[in-house]
Formats: sequence, structure tokens, C-alpha cells
Amino acid sequence: MPWTKVYLDKEDFEKASKLADQGLRGFTYRDAIKEALTQMLEKDESVFVMGEGIDDPGGTFGTTTNLHKKFGAERVFDIPIAENGMTGVAIGAALAGMKPVFVHMRVDFLPMCMDQIINHAAKWHYMFGGKVNVPLVIRSIIGRGWGSAAQHSQSLQALFAHIPGLKVVMPSTPYDAKGLLIASIEDGNPIIFIEHRWLYEQIGHVPEKIYTVPIGKGIVRKEGKDVTIAATSFMVYEAMKAAAVLEKDGINVEVVDLRTLKPLDEDIICESVKKTGRLIVADTGWKTCGIGAEVVATVAEKALKYHRRC
Amino acid sequence: MTISYQVENTNITNELLIQMYSTMLKIRMFEEKIIEVYPVQDMQCPVHLCIGEEAIAAGVCLNLKKEDYIFSTHRNHGHCVAKGSDMKLMMAEFYGKKTGYSKGKGGSMHMVDPENGILGTSAIVGGAIPLAVGTALASAMKKDGRVSAAFFGDGAAEEGTFHESLNFASLKKLPVVFVCENNFYATNSYISARQPHNDIAKKAESYLIPSVQIDGNDVVAVYEEARKAVERARAGKGPSFIECRTYRWKGHVGPDCDYEKGCRPKEELDVWMDRCPVKTFEDFILKNKSISEKELQQLKANIAKELDNAVSYGRTSPLPDDKELFEDVYA
Repeated sequence: MPWTKVYLDKEDFEKASKLADQGLRGFTYRDAIKEALTQMLEKDESVFVMGEGIDDPGGTFGTTTNLHKKFGAERVFDIPIAENGMTGVAIGAALAGMKPVFVHMRVDFLPMCMDQIINHAAKWHYMFGGKVNVPLVIRSIIGRGWGSAAQHSQSLQALFAHIPGLKVVMPSTPYDAKGLLIASIEDGNPIIFIEHRWLYEQIGHVPEKIYTVPIGKGIVRKEGKDVTIAATSFMVYEAMKAAAVLEKDGINVEVVDLRTLKPLDEDIICESVKKTGRLIVADTGWKTCGIGAEVVATVAEKALKYHRRC
Repeated sequence: MTISYQVENTNITNELLIQMYSTMLKIRMFEEKIIEVYPVQDMQCPVHLCIGEEAIAAGVCLNLKKEDYIFSTHRNHGHCVAKGSDMKLMMAEFYGKKTGYSKGKGGSMHMVDPENGILGTSAIVGGAIPLAVGTALASAMKKDGRVSAAFFGDGAAEEGTFHESLNFASLKKLPVVFVCENNFYATNSYISARQPHNDIAKKAESYLIPSVQIDGNDVVAVYEEARKAVERARAGKGPSFIECRTYRWKGHVGPDCDYEKGCRPKEELDVWMDRCPVKTFEDFILKNKSISEKELQQLKANIAKELDNAVSYGRTSPLPDDKELFEDVYA
């Protein structure tokens, strides 16, 4: 499908612009996120958006710009600098039937919310025997910029993927960003929705209608037979570039975009490894106890017999 | 130093006085029942008893409607009973049974009863205060007229969530009532070891929240302050803060008196036992002729019977199946 294609840069996208003849709209990742929020705010009055500085002119990398003007400050609002407490407020609102989207400019601010995310949001459905649930989306942004240093450049997805009760979503394309954000808002569980800051300018085809991309399903971005690269978020683009380079050396790479880290699409990874016999994991986070370790462990458990020696 | 109940110049009826008493009595007898059955060791969860603090739960919850929300702590039995939860389903939960409020997965610290506005209690100190602010935010957005009440202890006033919650509730004028049960101890740590002063209401004042400090053993005083706070919240005038000074008779957890272990001075407990919220109020309504001795005994007998049934139901209900261990992780 055209919208499952990963465009490596604008030039690449323009080459593919013939697809516009099929009525497919080119849209940035940033605008895809904003459109998902806009359409869900329009569709469902229980949806609201909160976060530090989301109504300022910058609008969270442009993903929330002017939403407060369109929907009013009651539904799209700035908040005190109180990440943990405000996570609790969002959980409470969710318990009472609202669908909050809590936006953080950096994932580095989420460690302050760990009590509310881990001890409350993640536990609430299970610990109370399924009687209540927390339809909460926590959007946060990862990735380095220039000179951002150690507190503004982390990729903490593995921390959240460790916790039962949370789902962790990491879209790489504009199409998935919109579809997964809508799916997350409608999911009914606490979801950590992670965006890489270098993806906002990415262009891809994004339908205007409301649609969802299923949570928990990966996708093969490029088929290959020699080696599988299972990649997350921005690393999908790096994997595609690597695949192009390796192709020249006669190595045929299969690129799997995990899209959701929890629940992990184990089948798509194992199926790919079954075919290629080799696996590389490309994640933006740290190696120790990271997503890479999890994917490798999954393959070791379920598909080790397909391992091929180099 | 007894309690002088002030009902003159209030709209408190005889019927309401009896409701106050019966609610407190029910909580007291519920907790005493746990003490009675606990040595058998078939109730396999920690219990945090609220004996001595019953007036707060009763005084606040009698001002709330069924659909109003309350959030509470590990010491939640009194709040749930006062809000109308079924003691049978509570006991079943304490016994870890699938018929319990949380299907046996919560235990005594984690009650849920959505029909009565209880959306889950937290055993993390200060953890549920922002949740109450959140339900209040939802009520303000939906204009559903509901009020949220957050019960928490003095220890919670040291947590960030306390300050974050008060700040936001005041900023947005949300319909929430903060009820601090100041029993002066966090487990065994006295408040002077933890806070520079023990006037917790003053902290709330700094957020421009109307705040009072009252005798938490005086059910009439609690009722009257809660009435004003709930009216204020329902009228869209924002949050209120009630610091109720009280004392926990039993240890932090379990059915024992902790002075026996040297945790707290016996003399301190004796002073507060003389100010028992249930007994002093019982004396008051008898003297006031709000209730006859015979009616009072009948009330006790009815609750005792209900509790016997609750324990029996809890004990004989089935345990969850093994496969339920992995159920309800996700909605």
C-alpha cells in the first residue's frame, strides 16, 4: 500500500508524488498528529488535551498550535509545572469517563510522573478486578537535538514497556502517527505514545478521514531475505538507508517497523527471522535491558531454530 | 476533655443524628469484627484499621450523594462503609475472594465501588489526591454537578502530589473537598519529626483554599464543615480544605495496639480513648433522647448480624481461578 512506504527524505517523497494522482494527500508527521487531535476533539467531547505550554506559539513542535483557539481553553489547556500531580489529575478525569491526552515536550519529564503512571494508571484496571479503566494517552517526545545534553535527549521507551498495564506506541510514519494516535485515544488503556523529534518533518500519505492503525501490530517496510532489521521510530529510516547501502554489496535486508513496543508483535519478528535467519535490532534507546534485548530474547525463545550462522 | 456537641442553630435533625451515630457504629463494629477474625489467619491481607477516626468518614460522607466521588487510602474501610459500600463485598475482598469488590486482587487496601462513587483507593501516600482533583475536573467539564472528596492523612501533606493537587484545584476552582485526617503519625513517625509545624490547614490556605482545622472526633463539627465545603463545591465556588485532628487507636497496620511494642505512649492513647467519637456521641444522643436505649441495642444487634453474614460470605466465597491471574491487565 502506498501509505506503508517509508520516504527517506523530501526528495524521495517528491519522486513518489505521482501517488497524488491516486488522490493521496502528502502530510507531515507533525500535521498528522495535529489532525488526529483535531478530529478526535471534534468527534468526541470527552477528549481533551493538556500539557505544559501546549497553547504557546510553538505548540509542542507544531502539533498543538492554535488548538486552544479552535476548541477553547477548557478542552485544550496549559497546566502548572507539576508533572506527577497532573498525571494523577488526568487519571482521575479518565476514571470519570474523559479521554485526556497529556502532552510532554520531552520524555525526560516522565520520570517525575512514575508514581502516577506505574502505581496508579498501570495498576488501576487490574488491581480493581477490571471494574474501572484509565483511557489516558501520554504523548512524549524523544531524540537528540543539538547541544540538548543528557536531560533532554533520552529515549526511555523500555522503562515503560517493562510495566504491565501500559501500552507503548512508537509510530515512524505520518500515516501511523495519525492512525495510532486515534487508536490510542480510543483504546481505553494508559498509553505511552512516543514521537521522535526528527520525525516531525517527515512527509507521507495521510488520509483526511478518521482511521486507526491497530496497536500491537508491526509492519514490514521492506522485504528481504538475508537479514532482518527490527527497528523502532526514527531508526526505521536509518534501517532503510542501511538497507539501500547493503543492497549494493548484495545483502538483501528486510526492515520490520515494530510500531508498537508493548504489546510487541512477536509474530512479525519471528516470521521475518524465520525467513532471513539473522537479526539486528535498531532502537533509539540504551542497549542494557532495552528493547533490543527484549526482541532478541523473544527470538531466542520462539525462533532460535531458524538462526543462520554468518 | 470531652466533646461538647453543638447542634443548636443547625438544621441537624434527630434522624440525621441517628444516621451519624449508626454510620460511626457500623465502621467501629466492622473494624472490631476484623480484629475478632484476624487471628484465624484466613484473612490474608494487611488491614489498616481506622478505629478512633470514624467521625470523619461519617461526617463527610453524610453530606455526599451516591454519585459523588470519594478517593481514599490504605486506611479506607471507614470511608467505604460511610459511602454506602456493601460490607459483605468488602469482607469478601479482604478474604481474597472473586466475589469481592476487586475480584480478590485488591485486598483491604484497594476498594472499588463505582456505583457508590468509589473509583479506587491508593496505598501510595498522597497518591489518590490528584485523582480526586481529576474527577472534579471531569465534573467541571461535564457540568454533572458531582463533588469529589479526597481523604488522606497528615503524611500526605509532605508529598508533592498534595501541593500539586491543591494548586491545580484552586487555580481551576474545581468541585473538590480535601479532607486531611491528621492523626499525627505516619506509621510510627510523629509529625514533629516530619513537618516544621503541624497546622496542615495553613498549607492549604497558602493556595487560597478556604481551610479549617477542627476536632476530627466531633462528628457534628465534621458534618457542619463538610456541609459548607460540599455546598461551596456544588455551587462552583471551588475547593475547600478540612483538617480533622484525630487519633488512630490501633497500630499502623494490623489489629494490635502499638503502644505494647513501644511505638507510641499509652498515655497518649488513653487521652484519645476518653474522647472516643462513637461512645461520646452515643452518650450525647441518649442524653438528648434522640434514640432510646432499646433502639440503640437493636441497631447494634442488626449491624452485628450483618457483619456475621459478611464474614460468612467472605469465608465461603470461592477464590479466583488460577487463570484469572492474568485477566484484566488491559481493558
